[in-house]
Amino acid sequence: MELLRFATAGSVDDGKSTLIGRLLYDSKAIFEDQLEAVERVSAQRGNDYTDLALLTDGLRAEREQGITIDVAYRYFATPARKFIIADTPGHVQYTRNMVTGNSTADLTMVLVDARMGIVEQTRRHAFLASLLRVPHLLVCINKMDLVDYDQAVFDRICAEFTAFASRLDVADLTFIPISALKGDNVVTRSTNMGWYQGTSLLHHLETVYIASDRNLIDPRMPVQWVVRPHAAEYHDYRGYAGRIDGGVFRPGDEVLILPSGLTTTIAGIDTFEGPVEEAFAPMSVTMRLADNIDISRGDMICRPHNKPVVGQDLEAMVCWMTDKPLKVGDFMMLKHTTRWVKAVVRELHYRLDVNTLHRDEGATTLTLNEVGRVALRVTQPLFYDPYRRNRQTGSFILADEGSNITAGAGMLLRPN
Amino acid sequence: METSQSGAVQGQYQLSHLRAIEAQSIHIIREVAAEFERPVLLFSGGKDSVIMLRLAQKAFAPGRIPFPVMHIDTGHNFPEVLEFRDRMVADLGATLVVASVQESIDAGRSTEESGSDPSRNRLQTRTLLDAITDQKFDAVFGGARRDEEKARAKERVYSFRDEFGQWDPKNQRPELWSLYNGRHQGGEHIRVFPISDWTELDVWQYIGEENLDLPTIYYSHQREVFVRDGMLISTGPFVHPRADEEVFKETVRYRTVGDMTCTGAVESSASTVEEIIIEVAASRLTERGATRADDRVSEAAMEDRKREGYF
Repeated sequence: MELLRFATAGSVDDGKSTLIGRLLYDSKAIFEDQLEAVERVSAQRGNDYTDLALLTDGLRAEREQGITIDVAYRYFATPARKFIIADTPGHVQYTRNMVTGNSTADLTMVLVDARMGIVEQTRRHAFLASLLRVPHLLVCINKMDLVDYDQAVFDRICAEFTAFASRLDVADLTFIPISALKGDNVVTRSTNMGWYQGTSLLHHLETVYIASDRNLIDPRMPVQWVVRPHAAEYHDYRGYAGRIDGGVFRPGDEVLILPSGLTTTIAGIDTFEGPVEEAFAPMSVTMRLADNIDISRGDMICRPHNKPVVGQDLEAMVCWMTDKPLKVGDFMMLKHTTRWVKAVVRELHYRLDVNTLHRDEGATTLTLNEVGRVALRVTQPLFYDPYRRNRQTGSFILADEGSNITAGAGMLLRPN
Repeated sequence: METSQSGAVQGQYQLSHLRAIEAQSIHIIREVAAEFERPVLLFSGGKDSVIMLRLAQKAFAPGRIPFPVMHIDTGHNFPEVLEFRDRMVADLGATLVVASVQESIDAGRSTEESGSDPSRNRLQTRTLLDAITDQKFDAVFGGARRDEEKARAKERVYSFRDEFGQWDPKNQRPELWSLYNGRHQGGEHIRVFPISDWTELDVWQYIGEENLDLPTIYYSHQREVFVRDGMLISTGPFVHPRADEEVFKETVRYRTVGDMTCTGAVESSASTVEEIIIEVAASRLTERGATRADDRVSEAAMEDRKREGYF
């Protein structure tokens, strides 16, 4: 059984909670005690309906204010797949939460109210999914029951969205007309929309092809930990533990180590269960190498003819996540793969309006929830790939030097 | 193109969902071991901590687990669980730290709750935080899962704790990709939840696949119980049924393992992992909802305890 991670974003009005509630309920991932608790609280508040948003609004502040503040993770499984939902609030002030939810998603689900059509929030969700390079974008045109299941409405919204999406980098775009409330096209095909020839939402989630979304071409393993058992039976054992972030490695492969630039061959790839014949993303393994060379945490194992970019001057799209604004000259800590380095902001090329995609080249700061293109200089070279080629070796986080909080998230671009 | 050279054919190179979340958990455990001075792994003897131990073993094999294991001992344990804890730790050759709630009470750091059969659930927090301070632990691994409880569904994998051990749910660090930020100052620490993305069903499937040993109380057995707060509570040295609480024999098992005073059993004849997987898949109650009095105090009982520094 495969794992699919998907992100959703939205507000109370567009039926997102109803839809998630239905997916969870129909796949038996909501339990009676949870449902009773939600019904009890809904009744206490005087609601005449069961507010399924209460299932995911887990924090006291969220329940008191009736809003979703933070990313909530929900889980369900069907016989075909296991699903992890990153459920995020949709308002512009929660852009950073949407970015967070999308960072690990295989698919982003955008909900559109059929009566309203494409609104600012729709464009923002789609843009953030494309910025984070989520491989699959699913647009659910919801509340079709309220527009008499009219194909013309659906077609018009699809056309408008497609025109907008052409300005983005969207690899796979799918539209499904649904009614989350009535259940049309959610789990099974609706009989109310004979004109729709596609699959139900759940069927799409179960079958969308994700196996080729990982990078299986560029071999990359950032070293996390050096295994040196101080035991008689493993006296000379030295293994390099890490997660494969791209490509495939096999015993006998010639490998290049960065930053030393030395080459050697893979003597063996070990796991707890024993040696394996190949390792690929996202496996966690331990590599043994033929030659005894000095390798430590933060080093990168790759192939002599397939190396990442090595550089200290970085170009990146950055989403800012804290109150104190980013500006040119700021110093901060940067984590990329398994290493922390110090970074300085050299330039802010432009700030991007997440609603209109307008580039403001006169911007001098990035404030909370803003996205912009920046140039950074780091103290030691990073071994990276452009984010669009590899989401693991192409991403970094920024932390404030004083408070240590995570202040920004970056996606690396090809160097100038 | 390296594609043909490496043989990366479409459709191959698939990990099952269990192996994918296992790889993710191992990655987290290694990050923590590498970036922190003094990590410790909390071990209750429950199924989630058994999985944590196995993942830690896998992360560093053939080396040993490079951090100690700590049990917060309420003194109200199921004897089967204590016996199991000692056997597991001995088999692994791990170092066990026991932090005792009774000792915290004796030292005047905690006060036993009043009433008959007081629960020591809440008292664990003081004992845990004192142990973290005394031993200067800066990263504390726990086996909590996001599917367990709605406050936990919002908690980060690396969950920051201030110098008082408090969790601030409104002020959590964003957590993107698999880039974890464990930066902290002296006196602060991070709780780490490597199996955040596992569900109860994943846990049981993994126990089955890995053939993991568990305390016997997870499997169906006969036990003297009585009904309290709608739950089947076992009789024992710390639990005394009142006159109106009728004791009877029932075929039960436990879905979670906690303090004897607040952990309920469920009626069950499931005596193998396979039977439990079927039972869990068909269950209409969450594991904590079915069996934990500690979560029933209020709508936000877990969040409130976590703010104070609970697991």
